[in-house]
Amino acid sequence: MKVLMFGWEFPPFKTGGLGTACYDLTRGLSYKGVDVTFVMPTTPGNAKADFVKLIGANNICRNIKVRKVSTILTPYMSSEAYSSELRKIRIGHKLSSDVYGQNLYQEVMRYAEMAKIIAAQEDYDLIHAHDWMTYGAGINARNVSGKPLVVHIHATEFDRTGGNPNPYISSLEYQGLNEADLIIANSNFTKNNVRRHYNINPDKIKVVHWGIDPDNPYYKLGYSSPMNRNEKIVLFLGRITIQKGPDYFIEVAKKVLDFKKDVHFVIAGSGDMLPRIIERAAELGISDKVTFTGFLKGADVHRAFQMADLYVMPSTSEPFGLVALESLKNNTPILVSKQSGVSEVVHNALKVDFWDINEITNKIVNVLNYEELHDELRKNSFEEVQKFDLIKPAEKCIDVYNEAIRGAM
Amino acid sequence: MVSMCFYFQVHQPFRLRNYSIFDIGKNTNYFDEKKNKEIMQKVAGKCYLPTNKTMLDLINKHDGKFKISYSISGVALEQFEKYAPQVLDSFMDLNDTGCVEFLNETYHHSLSFLYSKEEFREQIKLHQKKIKSLFKQTPIVFRNTELIFNNELANFIQKMGYSGILAEGADNILGWRSPNFIYTAKTAPGLKMLLKNYKLSDDIAFRFSNRGWKEWPLTVDKYVKWLNAANGNGNLMNLFMDYETFGEHQWEDTGIFDFLRHLPGEILKHSDNNFVTPSEAIKKYEPVSELDIHSPVSWADVERDTSAWDGNKMQKSAINQIYLIENAVKKSGDKNLLEKWRKLQTSDHFYYMCTKWFNDGDVHKYFNPYENPYDAFITFMNIINDVNLRLGEKNILKKEVVV
Repeated sequence: MKVLMFGWEFPPFKTGGLGTACYDLTRGLSYKGVDVTFVMPTTPGNAKADFVKLIGANNICRNIKVRKVSTILTPYMSSEAYSSELRKIRIGHKLSSDVYGQNLYQEVMRYAEMAKIIAAQEDYDLIHAHDWMTYGAGINARNVSGKPLVVHIHATEFDRTGGNPNPYISSLEYQGLNEADLIIANSNFTKNNVRRHYNINPDKIKVVHWGIDPDNPYYKLGYSSPMNRNEKIVLFLGRITIQKGPDYFIEVAKKVLDFKKDVHFVIAGSGDMLPRIIERAAELGISDKVTFTGFLKGADVHRAFQMADLYVMPSTSEPFGLVALESLKNNTPILVSKQSGVSEVVHNALKVDFWDINEITNKIVNVLNYEELHDELRKNSFEEVQKFDLIKPAEKCIDVYNEAIRGAM
Repeated sequence: MVSMCFYFQVHQPFRLRNYSIFDIGKNTNYFDEKKNKEIMQKVAGKCYLPTNKTMLDLINKHDGKFKISYSISGVALEQFEKYAPQVLDSFMDLNDTGCVEFLNETYHHSLSFLYSKEEFREQIKLHQKKIKSLFKQTPIVFRNTELIFNNELANFIQKMGYSGILAEGADNILGWRSPNFIYTAKTAPGLKMLLKNYKLSDDIAFRFSNRGWKEWPLTVDKYVKWLNAANGNGNLMNLFMDYETFGEHQWEDTGIFDFLRHLPGEILKHSDNNFVTPSEAIKKYEPVSELDIHSPVSWADVERDTSAWDGNKMQKSAINQIYLIENAVKKSGDKNLLEKWRKLQTSDHFYYMCTKWFNDGDVHKYFNPYENPYDAFITFMNIINDVNLRLGEKNILKKEVVV
């Protein structure tokens, strides 16, 4: 089978779950013998992003071909972020103003236009597009080739914005979901959101839960922090945006400290809400108990997990939450919101409603107070996460591909 | 001659409220009235009332030849009185037939035998008193919570004056021997043991509606053939199961009530067969051999041990915490607190904390009001902390235990 995939740059060059998801899926598909032509938006500033070298070194993706497309789009980019990126690029590279779109939306359109050319040159049985920015490209490719289109929804605009969608983005999202032959959602949670917000026929939506790389050398760093000697560490790690619930986390920190003094809270990540959270910590009088690390990457992410006693993911709307599996891989137990995909697939986790600050506090204080609880949770969740790999999700995607191809015949 | 001995366990715990760390010191209301009432009324409608009616009809129909026995925990009886008095009435109707025997157990369906002999004895006395006041029976046969049994228990129960006891006919205690005879324990020659025939019991209790089972569907004909096959290599068939099997674990639409309605008649067709209660069984039959059982056996899971209640660190810690404060609770003179402390001993609270099989989301889950074992532990420990606080206020705890 040959797949034309419109994806995103791979880690470690790009941040966030989407790049990782594309990378992991591509590896899984490659392992299962699927030929993938991977169309990758590549920002000009990021010269190190040599994906071919990356996969060459791993020697696992022989049947993958990469087509780079120069763009300054990145996943989760806001229209403001696009404009500022465009200004930087122009100054840095002295580019004329007509290489990239004047704004985010024009750039998305331009990318979709370029997809037509690639779609006409390549040979494939099916098109697979990841999240709204590539849906236009996917639709164009289908129009050129007549091949079936599978769109993958990793997060809806409603998830990203805490329920205040950008109308333009949600209209593009709707268009992709509506026109696709089949949709892959990364959880039942996402499937329900797609059905609820876009009124899409649920029979068309297939759930494929994410897996995780079973062996990453970072898991075995065995990092322990001197901070742990006197205090328990509770970790938040993710974008500091409304979707991830950092505002709930900081309120919980205060309440936990009311019960228990020897706790330190680490907030790792960056995002538009960071200043507000820092200020709130000060208002609550707990600044000395909260550390902001800024954005972490590579080994540091795993060191953060390994030093923590508990990872807390209070996301208000988390389509999957791969980062929670990463925490478990690093042998750190998790507390996750019920409004997440990962809570559907991990049994051995503490689960809460993101808004229930008292219940989150109740669980954190107990898990820090009782070693027997912490030990059991850690032991059982670590055992449980071993069942996740990259092959099972790839196999499920292939099932969806086959169904789409049969349906198109 | 083969005697069929039916024993049904009737039990409902007082489930706990969602008791949070913010409740400690502010709220002594530990039990979820609403949920307990709801569950009791639901199970009464699906199981207790229709099954009791069926049993009564069967006893009347067979003219005293069909006999059964029950052990009803004190906490279940209390909940019948509170939430479903008509169930209690129907048990009294059954009692009036003279074909129904009630056994003794710990009032609070607890694991106290393993942790405090003094408490164990007191709970048995409480249950004895309750059974006597409701049914005017003084049981001579004892069954321990979840059929937990060993040499030490046998000796203890014999000393308390009982003549018989129920236990699991587990392979690891019987070896090549058949459960279809009376045995005694090495430490209690005067106490006759009735061992559960787990294969034939579980055919009804667990496998009846399992479509993946090669014997499905289980007909009365087939089942009675299996029972009759024992004729000649055993004289007593102990069929022990949770009463909730009828209508609750096996729903009505599985045909379980039809099965039950036709079973006694089919059994009695064979002139060699009859029904006995446990006390009749021990009068009728003599032990064939002695068993030597050191570590506790139970009727739970494939392990047939106590690990469903005390197998992990959370369970061990929670159980230790509750018995650690026994003296303090008893010295406090607070009857209300004593009763709450006892209701916290009900084995279900620890069963909910079980992590065995949790990954597979199996049978344990069906009976569990919590989303996971960790929530069960958190709720329980918050309550223990409140109890400790109450004891501290009375200046009792400080002298007894250092927390």
